[in-house]
Amino acid sequence: MKTRAPAIETRDLSLWYGGFQALDGVSIVVKRGLITSLIGPSGCGKTTLLRCFNRVNERYGCVSTKGEIEVLGKNIYDHDVSLVELRKAVGMVFQRPNPLPLSVYENVVFGLRLHTPRIRLRRSTLDEAVEKALSEVGLFRELKDKLDFKATSLLLEQQQKLCLARLLPLKPEIILMDEPCSALDVDGTRAIEELMLGLREKYTIVIVTHNMAQARRVSDECIFMLLGEVVEHSRTADLFLAPQHHKTAEYIEGRYG
Amino acid sequence: MTQDAASSPARNRFVKTSLVVRKEFAEQLAKAVFFLMSVAMVAPLLAIVAYLVWRAWPVLSWNFVVDVPRRGMTDGGIWPAFIGTLYLVGISLAVSAPTGVLAAVYLNEYAKENWLNRIVNLAVINLAGVPSIVHALFGLGAFVYAARFGYSILSASLTLAIMTLPVIIASTREALAAVPASFREACWNVGATRWQTIRAVVLPNSISGILTGVILQVSRAAGETAPIMFTGAVFFKAVEKGQLLPYRLDEQCMALSMHLYTVATQVPNVKESIPYATAVVLLGTVLAVNAAAIALRVWLRNHKKW
Repeated sequence: MKTRAPAIETRDLSLWYGGFQALDGVSIVVKRGLITSLIGPSGCGKTTLLRCFNRVNERYGCVSTKGEIEVLGKNIYDHDVSLVELRKAVGMVFQRPNPLPLSVYENVVFGLRLHTPRIRLRRSTLDEAVEKALSEVGLFRELKDKLDFKATSLLLEQQQKLCLARLLPLKPEIILMDEPCSALDVDGTRAIEELMLGLREKYTIVIVTHNMAQARRVSDECIFMLLGEVVEHSRTADLFLAPQHHKTAEYIEGRYG
Repeated sequence: MTQDAASSPARNRFVKTSLVVRKEFAEQLAKAVFFLMSVAMVAPLLAIVAYLVWRAWPVLSWNFVVDVPRRGMTDGGIWPAFIGTLYLVGISLAVSAPTGVLAAVYLNEYAKENWLNRIVNLAVINLAGVPSIVHALFGLGAFVYAARFGYSILSASLTLAIMTLPVIIASTREALAAVPASFREACWNVGATRWQTIRAVVLPNSISGILTGVILQVSRAAGETAPIMFTGAVFFKAVEKGQLLPYRLDEQCMALSMHLYTVATQVPNVKESIPYATAVVLLGTVLAVNAAAIALRVWLRNHKKW
């Protein structure tokens, strides 16, 4: 039996912003169906690494990379890789909720509209997709009568869930989260964390977080990065209880960061 | 005994010292000066408009707008000039607005930050600063002679288009840059192509800013005399009263700004209110276009789905 390829695998990945090297020889394997967190002090390359996984880094200009990234077994730098298809499969949620200035409904079906020929777009298909996506993130009950409200008028927590819901109609397999809770209060953070745990297994989730406690609460595996290099990658419990590297130990003790 | 703050009795705390009194006076003075300056901007505008209307009043009527000049331009109306200005502004914007907006979209959304982009940028900025008389000479050489359009509405409009193009590019780029990066990120991460991002998010959220920039160029194109004087505007052209499409594109035409110049300085014995009335019509046309643009912007803002 052929074993399933990991969700994400990088081999000796280095990345430069112009002359500045942001990633240095990163080799990691992210397992399917788990929540993996990327932790480390500011500027260690967590977000950069995250953005590599759907090649959205290239849109920020002046980026050059070396090394390989395989997503779901396919090298995403192969010539036949379509960025459109890659980004459908690997969605991203940002630090600040970024709903588009459209209605809640239009936000959820935004991706569908982009990727379906207009003739095949049926109102019923869209309605169904909205209900399914919003239910999956636990927003449908609160928002079912507010579907034509402006998404930007929602609570931040709802906005963030909506941003997650916006990815789901495209049936992504991997969801990247870039500090998804840092703009939210305690309740919002808890809600998003519970949501992540609920989506676990169905989706592979990679989360960048500044908050070590959060990494500890939600993630199965943890990757500690420092100055563009991966220092340690292990099960979350192991990393926090028995760090192998002294730098990891010092970071989780709060000696620097 | 020294009377510093720490040892003074509590009731003497937080009272005004002489320094504070001086500072408060300066504060009041600054506020008054700034207020006066902002009012000083409004006063001349109102004065100009009021003076123009007052001097123009004797001949100002709907008939003045639709009538043709009579008795060697010393009497009658301004219809040929009015319609000529509409021609020139309309055609020049029909050329420069789409070109400028599309160029700005390319520069802002597609072009990588490299030497070509920087050169184009530099060219745009410098071109926007070129005096209109220089544009006029360029138009004369390029359109009238080289392209063999002759002295014509086409040459004059294209000259105006060249003049307004860089400003439209610059203002459009500003409007595009004001669209938050997070909107674009949201788009990219659901797999939108650049064009889909522009179409679905960038343009709808910048259209009012883009329109403002374009509309401002209407008043500029309508008011310029030099570029059209060299390339296609003429002293007098026989047109029938109220005729809607009097000119062919390869003909010369009259224009309000040019007409104002001639009746004010070149023609003897003009009824003295005629130049003022011409100015009022020119101003009124520009204001009407601006008002229409504001209405359109408000409408677009309320119906953001294009």
